[in-house]
Amino acid sequence: MRSALALLCVAALVPGGTLKTKPHVDYRAFEKKLTKDRQIVHALNRLTFGPRPGDVEAVKKLGLKRWIDWQLHPDRIAENPDLDRHLRTIPAGAFAPERRIPPAQYAQEKLYRAIYSNRQLQEVMVDFWYNHFNVDMTKGADSMLVPAYERDAIRPHVLGKFGELLGATASSPAMLFYLDNWQSVAPNSLAQRFLKGKQAPRGLNENYARELMELHTLGVDGGYTQKDVTEVARCFTGWTIDRPNQSGPFLFRPAMHDNGEKTVLGVTIPPNGGREDGEKVLDILARHPSTARFISTKLAIRFVADDPPPALIEGMAKTFEETDGDIRAVLATMFGSKEFFSEGAYRAKVKTPLEMVVGAVRATAAEVSATNALFNQIASLGEPLYRKIEPTGYSSMNAEWVNSAALLGRMNFGMQLAQNRVPGVRVEASRFSADPVKAARQILFTDPAPETLRAISDAAKQSGPQRAGAMLAGLVLGSPDFQRR
Amino acid sequence: MLTRRVFLKKSALAMFGIGTAPAWLARALSASEAPASRKKVLVAIFQRGAMDGLNVVIPHGEAAYYALRPNLAIPRPDGTANSAIDLDGFFGLHPALAPLKPIYDAGRLAAIHATGSPDPTRSHFDAQDYMESGTPGLKTTSDGWLNRALLPEKIASAVRAVSVGTELPRALRGLNEAVAIDNLNNFQVREAEAAPSFEKMYSATRDRVLNGAGRDTFQAIKTIEAIRKQPYLPANGAQYPNGKLGQEMMQIARLIKADVGLEVAFTDLGGWDHHVNEVGAHPTEGRLATLLAQFGQALAAFYTDLGDRMEQVAVITMSEFGRTARENGSRGTDHGHANVMLAMGGPIQGGRVYGEWPGLEREQLYEERDLNVTTDFRDVLSELVVRHLGNPHSAVVFPGYESPKFRGFVTA
Repeated sequence: MRSALALLCVAALVPGGTLKTKPHVDYRAFEKKLTKDRQIVHALNRLTFGPRPGDVEAVKKLGLKRWIDWQLHPDRIAENPDLDRHLRTIPAGAFAPERRIPPAQYAQEKLYRAIYSNRQLQEVMVDFWYNHFNVDMTKGADSMLVPAYERDAIRPHVLGKFGELLGATASSPAMLFYLDNWQSVAPNSLAQRFLKGKQAPRGLNENYARELMELHTLGVDGGYTQKDVTEVARCFTGWTIDRPNQSGPFLFRPAMHDNGEKTVLGVTIPPNGGREDGEKVLDILARHPSTARFISTKLAIRFVADDPPPALIEGMAKTFEETDGDIRAVLATMFGSKEFFSEGAYRAKVKTPLEMVVGAVRATAAEVSATNALFNQIASLGEPLYRKIEPTGYSSMNAEWVNSAALLGRMNFGMQLAQNRVPGVRVEASRFSADPVKAARQILFTDPAPETLRAISDAAKQSGPQRAGAMLAGLVLGSPDFQRR
Repeated sequence: MLTRRVFLKKSALAMFGIGTAPAWLARALSASEAPASRKKVLVAIFQRGAMDGLNVVIPHGEAAYYALRPNLAIPRPDGTANSAIDLDGFFGLHPALAPLKPIYDAGRLAAIHATGSPDPTRSHFDAQDYMESGTPGLKTTSDGWLNRALLPEKIASAVRAVSVGTELPRALRGLNEAVAIDNLNNFQVREAEAAPSFEKMYSATRDRVLNGAGRDTFQAIKTIEAIRKQPYLPANGAQYPNGKLGQEMMQIARLIKADVGLEVAFTDLGGWDHHVNEVGAHPTEGRLATLLAQFGQALAAFYTDLGDRMEQVAVITMSEFGRTARENGSRGTDHGHANVMLAMGGPIQGGRVYGEWPGLEREQLYEERDLNVTTDFRDVLSELVVRHLGNPHSAVVFPGYESPKFRGFVTA
C-alpha cells in the first residue's frame, strides 16, 4: 500500500537532501469536476473494457447515475445474445475437471466475456479479483483446477462480501495447490508420524500464510510479523486437497492439523479448534482495518488514479468497515465520490495490455471468431493471461506498462487490427472515416489531442482515399490517446 | 520548446540544489560529444522469486548444512554428477552449474556469499523493489540503481541502457534514457508508412509519461536499424539454451558486439520460489536443478559468444533474498534472508568465493532460521559501479550508503 501521505512521512525521516523522494502529490485536480460529456466517456472507460460504438449515446439516454447503478447489479442487465453465440463455439466439456487445459484455450471464455458481455463491470471485477487472488494456471494441477476456481470461488462473489470471497479462495483446491498449503503439515502431527516415503509432507509450509496477509488482506505494511506468519501457517495445517492430481475437492485432514494454541495478531486461538482455526484467521483478517484500507486503495488505483487522494480512500475504507466488506457498497462510494469524476482522474490511467487489446476490438466493433491471436498479443505486450507466476498478480500502475517494446507492440497491433490482419478478428474497413477528426472520434469517443490530430491529418493527405480510413483508425489505435483510459 | 533531455538535466540540477551540484554532473554536462563506441558494459541478471543460494553455492564443508536439509542437501563432492562440484574445499557448485566451472577455473567467475539486504522483509515484492531501487527499507525511491549508475552524457546512445524483455524494470527506470527491447528483429514499426506519423505523435504529445518512452523508442529504432537486418550467429560455437534467459542473453551479446553504445543491460528469470519439490529424488532433478541448468548454460554461452569482448563486460546476478536454512515440510524451503551473488567477466578476479561465512549453527542463523547477511548487496554493486563502470559516485547510485566496503572481486 503506497498512500501518498505515508510516503511523505517516510521521506521526511531520511537525513540528507540527495534522496529522490516522490514529489509532493498535488490533489487539487481531484477537486475539479469533469464536464457532463467527459463524465460519460470517463465512466465507460473505467467501468467497462472500453466503449463500443453507440455506448455513449445509450448511457446518455439512460442517465449516467442509472447506468452505473445498473452495472453494479449485473443480474438486472439483459445479457448480449452475441456473447452466448460466441460462448457456444467453445465445445461443451472443454473445461471439465480432470482435463489439463492450456491457458490460451481457457482464455477464450474470458476474452469473449470481456468483449461481448453487457455486464461489463462484473467482467472487470472478475479480472480484478482473479488478479488479486492470482493463481498461475501453468503450475501442476492448477491447469485442471483453475476453471472451477474462477467459476465458483471468484465469479459469484465479485460484487459481494469480501469475507465470502476470501473464504472461497482460501478453501479452493486451486489456491491450496498454488500456494502449497495442501502440503503443510504440523511438525508433530499424526500425519507426520505415519506418512511414509520420501515425498510425504513432513512439516509447515508458510507460503500461503504469508501471501494471505501480504497480498490478499492486510497488505505488506498492515502490521503483521514473521511470528504471525508461522502462527497462521499452523492454523491452516490440514486444509488440503483430496486427490489433487485428479481435481479432488477441499478436504480438512485432522491428522495433519496442529492442535496447539496459537496467537494471531494478538488474538488467542484456543487449542483443538480443528478446521475452525483457519476460519477464525480469515474472520480476523477480513474484518481488520488494514484490510479495509488495503482493498480500498487497490480498487482506487484500478479505477481512479495511481495516487488516489487519501480522502477518497478514507471514505471507501469507512464503507468497507460499516458494511462488513460489501464490495458493491465500496464501489458505489467510489463511483459516487467527487474524486472519481474529477479532472485528476480523467485519462489518468494507462491501459493494461488486456484493456488495450480488448478495448481496440470493442471500439472497432470487430467480429471475433477465434481468440488465439488476441491472447498472444496480450501476452507479447507483457500480460500473459492465467500465466502470472508470482502471487502478486499484475500491477495496474502506469509505469509498469510504459516502455519501448510495449509501445511499439501497441502501435503495430493497432495497425494490424485496423487493416484486418489479426487472424480470427474481422473489422469492417468501410466503417472507418477518412476524415481525421471523425476517424479519431470513432475510436476515442472524444476529441483527439491536437498533436495526434496533426499527425493523422498529415497522414490522411498522403494516403490514397481507398486506404485512408483503415490507416487513420490504425494510427489512432496506436496513438498516445488510445493508450489511456 | 524544452526537450525532455534538457528538462531532465535541469531537474537533476534542481534536485541537487544550485551550487551543490556534484562535480561529476558538471563535468559530465561539459563532457565530450562523442560517446566512445567500445564501452564498458555491466549486465545485471535478476533471479525473481528468491533463489536458494545455499543449494547453488553449497557449503559442503559445513556439517549443519546436512543436518538442516536431510532431503534437500546436495551431497559432498565425490566426483559424480550427483554431488557438488568443489570450488575451494568448503564451497561447491550445484552440479547443474557444471558449464560455469571452467569459467571459475579460468579466474573469470566469482561468488560472493551471504550477501543481502539490511532490511528484514520476506516479501518478494518489497525485497525486489529495494534491491532494484538500491534503497533498502525506502519505498519512496522512484528510480533504480542501474539507471543512476549511468554518468550523464551530452550525446548519449539511445541504447545505452537496455532491458531485454517486455517491461522496463524498476532498476532501469529514471532520468537517463532506458529502453525495453524484447527482440531486436522485431524492434520497428512494421508498417513503414505509419512510422513517421507515430513518431510525430509520440514526440509531440504532452502526455509526459508516453512522450519520454515514445522518444526513446524512435531513437533506439534508428540506432539498431542496421544490426536488425543482419542475421546473428553466435561466435566460437556458443550454444544458447532454449528458454527466456538464453535468448535474452544472446540479444545482449548481439548489442554489445554491434558497438552501438550499450553500457548497462538488464534481464531477469523468474520461478525461483521453491516452496515445494525444490529437489527431486536425485540432486540433479527437481525444480531448482532444471532452472539452474538453463541459468548456467545461458551464462556460459554468453561468455563463449563474447570471447575477447568479455574483457570489457561484467555480469552480476542477484535475487531478492535467500531461503530458510532448514528445509520445510514439502521438500522445499520458505522465505529466508541472505543469498549468493555471482560475478563473471574479464574485470572479475574470479576463482574465489568472497565474503565472510556466518555459519549455519542455530545461534549463527538470522532469527534462528536463515543465513545471516555479512555483505550488503550494495557493497557488491558499488564495487562494480565504481571500479568497472568508472562512476566514482557510489553514494549517488546508492543514496544514504556513504562508504561501501569493497570485497576486491573487481580489478581495480
